[in-house]
Amino acid sequence: METNTKLVQWDPTDVKTEMLKKYPPKVARKRAQQIMINEAQGNETPEITANVRTIPGIITMRGCTYAGCKGVIMGPTRDIVNITHGPIGCGFYSWLTRRNQTDASAAGAENYMPYCFSTDMEDKDIIFGGEKKLEAAIQEAYDLFHPRAIAVFATCPVGLIGDDIHAVTKKMKEKFGDCNVFAFSCEGYKGVSQSAGHHIANNQIFRHVVGENNEEKPGEFKINLLGEYNIGGDGFEIDRILKKCGITNIATFSGNSSYDQFASAHTANLNCVMCHRSINYVADMLETKFGIPWIKVNFIGAKATAKSLRRIAKYFGDEKLINRVEEVIAEEMPEVERVQSEVRPRTEGKTAMMFVGGSRAHHYQELFNEMGMKTVSAGYEFAHRDDYEGRQVIPNLKVDADSRNIEELEVEPDPVRYKPRKTNEEMKALEATGFPFKDYQGMAADMGEKSLIIDDLNQYEAEKLVEILKPNIFCAGIKEKYSIQKLGIPMKQLHSYDSGGPYAGFKGAVNFYREIDRLVNSKVWEYLKAPWQLNPELSATYVWE
Amino acid sequence: MRKVAIYGKGGIGKSTTTQNTVAGLAEMGKKVMVVGCDPKADSTRLLLGGLAQKSVLDTLREEGEDVELDYIRKPGFGQTWCVESGGPEPGVGCAGRGIITSINMLESLGAYDADEGLDYAFYDVLGDVVCGGFAMPIRDGKAEEIYIVCSGEMMAMYAANNICKGIMKYAQSGSVRLGGLICNSRNVDNEMEMIEELAKKIGTQMIYFVPRDNDVQRAEINRKTVIEWNPKAPQADHYRNLAKAIDANTMKVIPKPLAIEELEKLLLDFGLLAA
Repeated sequence: METNTKLVQWDPTDVKTEMLKKYPPKVARKRAQQIMINEAQGNETPEITANVRTIPGIITMRGCTYAGCKGVIMGPTRDIVNITHGPIGCGFYSWLTRRNQTDASAAGAENYMPYCFSTDMEDKDIIFGGEKKLEAAIQEAYDLFHPRAIAVFATCPVGLIGDDIHAVTKKMKEKFGDCNVFAFSCEGYKGVSQSAGHHIANNQIFRHVVGENNEEKPGEFKINLLGEYNIGGDGFEIDRILKKCGITNIATFSGNSSYDQFASAHTANLNCVMCHRSINYVADMLETKFGIPWIKVNFIGAKATAKSLRRIAKYFGDEKLINRVEEVIAEEMPEVERVQSEVRPRTEGKTAMMFVGGSRAHHYQELFNEMGMKTVSAGYEFAHRDDYEGRQVIPNLKVDADSRNIEELEVEPDPVRYKPRKTNEEMKALEATGFPFKDYQGMAADMGEKSLIIDDLNQYEAEKLVEILKPNIFCAGIKEKYSIQKLGIPMKQLHSYDSGGPYAGFKGAVNFYREIDRLVNSKVWEYLKAPWQLNPELSATYVWE
Repeated sequence: MRKVAIYGKGGIGKSTTTQNTVAGLAEMGKKVMVVGCDPKADSTRLLLGGLAQKSVLDTLREEGEDVELDYIRKPGFGQTWCVESGGPEPGVGCAGRGIITSINMLESLGAYDADEGLDYAFYDVLGDVVCGGFAMPIRDGKAEEIYIVCSGEMMAMYAANNICKGIMKYAQSGSVRLGGLICNSRNVDNEMEMIEELAKKIGTQMIYFVPRDNDVQRAEINRKTVIEWNPKAPQADHYRNLAKAIDANTMKVIPKPLAIEELEKLLLDFGLLAA
């Protein structure tokens, strides 16, 4: 097949060498540690370096800590007024960019996501301090909307001038009495990527919101879904399936979520972690403080969805639920398989590359596998080593100065509300049947031998990779989109799904098959040539060439 | 126009020395503008006779865009122009950013234009060089000549040496030079010799030794420079001499700050640690 012949021309070691060739020796040495050639499964995976500073001068794909905290984790919650304390651009450019959808159709439901709140700091606020302006902004938001909660996000200058945002929010919370006000010290410069922002968000939501509502919610099989952000309506599809199975989703962190969901999260009996990277801290803390175990799930890919549903059912161990899950799978799969077999002759053997997020580049491989497509190279923007190699490496992770700057919450069992959902014996019995708690194998385990796993890919390496391996599709984010298309390769955003989605669950799988079929079988980008590519006005070589 | 900045350890007497020296220059018929770069806004009190002065930043905050030069500069003793940059309350905001904004504002309002006929612009800068904002007067050629006020006390010499590091950094890329050390005496043993030696090692000069005299405090209580308060006082002549020395100074160097060990040795050699 066409694509396979391309592959045999390049040994992954040569690809790696070629990519590093242009770098100065020290940069090449560092980058080499972040490019891993995957070994056959069963072998010990080689070590990859991740969650380290991007080398200055490299055009990274990463975002900032503020983006991770405000944009990713807190952005999708509809009834918290999110105020960006900083210059107007930080607020505006982090507003609704991920296409997180929300359902505020219920009577009395509040939705502030269409609003963009900012303190609009100006020169004079930097000089004289912004605390008074922040206080006024919180008051104004409260007077206008009377929300359940107001969250404040620090941008870079706030950290530099030392505004005490936590003192301001504490004061306002006490003043209002009926509105939870809290703040995030998520200045953009903290940490090495947006991952630091996720951690900061996790800590504060756990400290200020989780456990605030002890009211028992109805439902027999109650779970939380952690690390699902309802991009393009993914969460709606997952909720549809869960509901159909009779599983109650108490809280999603944080797609289509509300304040009350977070506040009630401790009443669930199982935590299901989708995006391990961004939210495993909350899962761990919920287990320590309230006794709720967590498992890794994945609702991207029809098979993965079925597997995850079966896993949830097995945890509850209820015959009725187990049967119901099987019924639902049996009901949903025929349509999935019909579309799969329709597109597969056109997609079989084609290749994909994915450089996105801290879980997505792993999860979507499921969907590509279902279409007979091979992921030849993948990597994350902001993952840590455990997201590549599995959680067993966590005890050996180096804690560097950047990670030490991010607070670690000390959590203890709640004196009243700690209640192990399963006894030790029950947990052990489940584990003995191959049921993994608190486990994530990472991306490497699921990727083919000799595939290239690359952490914190950059503009140069992306272009080089595409040039050498010529994938049929490249998936990343908006910053990469147009440069990839200019290389003649179709590009799919997996942060915001362009205008598509949902891609989760069974219906999402169908959507994805159709979208990828359309993209990889269209030659439109190949045909596009810039005027200078067709008729170069002059040609020359660099003096060093 | 000569653009002069006065730096030195906090509390060493920068503002007092600057204003008294400026009074001396004014008496010589020089046209001088003093720009206080301290959030406390107390750098022009003696020249203005204690008049409460509205700072550039306060004006900017209250008036918005519509600021006139006359709002922010006041005439002081001997036809001097007095400006206070101002800044936030202690513990909030960013005073350094304030100085940058304030100097830019003065420039855009034409305070330094040729038709103002200035002979000197003096910047009186808070404390040590603590951040980019406080280094503003020595960046981008805002000030071209630096004088460091110090004494024979150890911490004052440390600070002077540290400021030299800042000057060296910007001297390499710009026009700023060190004009000398002004010793504002604290009656330390061997003080004059020690500062002369320190200056020599740094590659500059002790441009003047200002003896300690309580007339300075007496004048301050009266919200005046010594020259204005008692033109016949011996201390007034010292400030006149300092003004003349600065006016005649041609020695402008890129300083060579000392290593800490060298500085410690200097102190030891002059018997300070033994005393």
